[in-house]
Amino acid sequence: MCNLTNIAKTVGVNKMVPTVSVPYPLGNPQLRPEDEWALRYHRTGVALDALETDVGEQTIFPVKI
Amino acid sequence: MLKAIHYINQFFGQVGGEDLADYEPEIRTGTVGCTQIFNSLAKDVEVTHTIICGDNFMASRTDEALARILAMLEGREFDIFIAGPAFNAGRYGAACGQVCKAVKEKHGVPVITSMNEENPGVELFHKDMFIFRGGNRATFMKQDMGKLAAFADRVARGEKLLPAAMEGYFPRGIRHEVFLGDIGREPVMAADRVVDMMIAKLRGEPYQTELPMPALDRVPVAPAVKDLRKVRLALVTSGGIVPRENPDRIQSCSATKWGKYDISALEKGFTAPEYKTIHAGYDPEQADRNPNVVVPLDAIRAYQREGRIGEVDDYFYTTVGTGTTQGEAARMGREIAAELHERNVEAVVLTAT
Repeated sequence: MCNLTNIAKTVGVNKMVPTVSVPYPLGNPQLRPEDEWALRYHRTGVALDALETDVGEQTIFPVKI
Repeated sequence: MLKAIHYINQFFGQVGGEDLADYEPEIRTGTVGCTQIFNSLAKDVEVTHTIICGDNFMASRTDEALARILAMLEGREFDIFIAGPAFNAGRYGAACGQVCKAVKEKHGVPVITSMNEENPGVELFHKDMFIFRGGNRATFMKQDMGKLAAFADRVARGEKLLPAAMEGYFPRGIRHEVFLGDIGREPVMAADRVVDMMIAKLRGEPYQTELPMPALDRVPVAPAVKDLRKVRLALVTSGGIVPRENPDRIQSCSATKWGKYDISALEKGFTAPEYKTIHAGYDPEQADRNPNVVVPLDAIRAYQREGRIGEVDDYFYTTVGTGTTQGEAARMGREIAAELHERNVEAVVLTAT
C-alpha cells in the first residue's frame, strides 16, 4: 500500500494498492473522522482482496474511496 | 548567453521543510537559493527564472502541478531547462524527472538534472533526459551543480557531446556510432577489442563490455492466498511507526535497523502517544495523532472481528524508508522475510510512506 505507485512499480512491487498521501497513507485530516475511517477500512480491505487474487503481472488494485 | 529556467523543491527554494511539502508551484524572476550556485559556475548559460514546487504537491497532484508549471512557462524564452540536483531524495528525484519530461515534450529544449544512482528517479527517467551522476546528500550541491553548469555550457556552445560515461550522465539507452579517434580514444578495431575482452575474461582480469545488459531485480508474483481466515497475517511498514521510546533506536533517516514490536494487546489498533513515527522524511503530525493512518492495525482488527481474516501475527515489523540505500533496504527486507517465514506468516500487508 503506497502513495508513489510509479516508483513502487519501478522497484518491482507486484501487487499495489494506492494510498492517500505520503504523510498519511490511510488517513485524510480533511475528512470527518467517520469518513476517514471508511476510507482506511475500504483500502485495507482492497489489500486483503489483493492477497487472495492471482495476477500474472504487476498490478495496481483500484480503490473506490 | 543562453537562458535557462530552473526547477527546485520547497526545501532548496528556501520556502521551508517537510511541513511545507504541499507548497503550490510558483515561478520567480531571477535566482532563488541553490540556483545562484549555477549562475556563479556557468559561463554561457544564465538562469533567468526559478520554479519552486513542494514535493508532496508534485507527488499527490502531479497532473495539476505539471499543467500549472507548463502554463507558467508559456511565452517565456529559454534555451535549457534544469532541475535539481535531487541527490538521493526520492520524491524530489521523481518530481525533477516528471517536470523535465513534460518541459522537453512541450518545448523541445534540452533538459538536464542530477541524482544519486540510488534515487528511484534515475530508473524512471534516465531514458528521457540527461541525469547526471550526483552525490547522495546536499553536501554535494556545489559539485553536482558544477557538472550541470559545465554540461549546459557545452550545450550552449554547440559542442559535440560525448558518450554518457564520458560526460557523466546515466546512459539513456541510445547507441551512436562513433570513431574512437573523434572522442579522444585510441582507435582500435572492433575485432581487436572483442578479442582483448575475451582474453581478459579468460584470465579473470577486469574488462568492460560495450553492450551492457540492463539488470532488473524482479521477483515472481507470489501465488494468491487461498483463504485469509486460515493463515497468519503480518503488518510491515517503512513508515517509521515505533513504540514511543523507540527502544531499538531505529534511525530517522538512512536506517540500517528494523524492529518488531508486540501488538497482541492492541485490540482496537494503535494508540497515541504510546506509538508514534520517527520517520524524518514526512510531516509526522497525522501519524503521531493516529499511527493507524500509516499502519492500519485498527482496520485489520475490525476485519479480524468480522471473521474476514484469521490470525494476526503478535508482532508488527517496522523501519524507516527515507535516505535508506537500496542495499540496506534489501538486507532488511531479507531479514524481515526470514523472520516472517520462521513465524509461519503467509500474508503481509506492507505500507510505505
